[in-house]
Amino acid sequence: MTKAEIVQAVYGRLGGFSKKESADLVDLVFETMKETLGRGEKIKISGFGNFVLRDKRQRQGRNPQTGDPIVITERRVLSFKASQILKHALNPRVAGASGAAASAVAEE
Amino acid sequence: MTKSELIDAIAGRGELTKARAELVVNCIFDAMTEALQRGEGIEIRGFGSFTVRPYKPYSGRNPRTGQPVPVPAKRLPFFKVGKELKELVNQSRAFAITGGKDDEDDDDDIDEDDEDE
Repeated sequence: MTKAEIVQAVYGRLGGFSKKESADLVDLVFETMKETLGRGEKIKISGFGNFVLRDKRQRQGRNPQTGDPIVITERRVLSFKASQILKHALNPRVAGASGAAASAVAEE
Repeated sequence: MTKSELIDAIAGRGELTKARAELVVNCIFDAMTEALQRGEGIEIRGFGSFTVRPYKPYSGRNPRTGQPVPVPAKRLPFFKVGKELKELVNQSRAFAITGGKDDEDDDDDIDEDDEDE
């Protein structure tokens, strides 16, 4: 999925926005998120996930190709923690499957 | 920033009502969730990309009882930060990190430790 397809979803599902307006709004959402993270602020999208920031200290690493030791400078990194709702959405459960399997083991 | 703060920001900057901004923001994350559900990756240039990675089933343990627990095969979403955003974030080291605790999950999440049910 590309940004164009997200724009198409906004345009097609919501109504009342032109294609240009839909594209501008999708850009605005990602721009706003970028600016927010760019000033060191985390983002929590309930039902989707959290974009979290973490400061990493300088550490010793290795060039994976040559094995040479190198210094990894201190940095701030962004990671995404998927919401449980999103994880569940990607893993529709066969009714009772995991519970049944778990109790089968417990009975042994 | 929470989703409702993002909605407020979009309403203000995009000059639309909060109700409309909410529809837009929800529509975007719904469309993204649906793509991931189809197993499709998402690429947002300048921001990053999301992919779905399959995991094989394995035998885990209930950390409290030590009982073995079968962990079923699953798919998990992954995010790779885009180059531009990666640099932007690293440059933000001049500021303190704000926006709440790291481990804090969304309020409306479903029960978290269903893995050891």
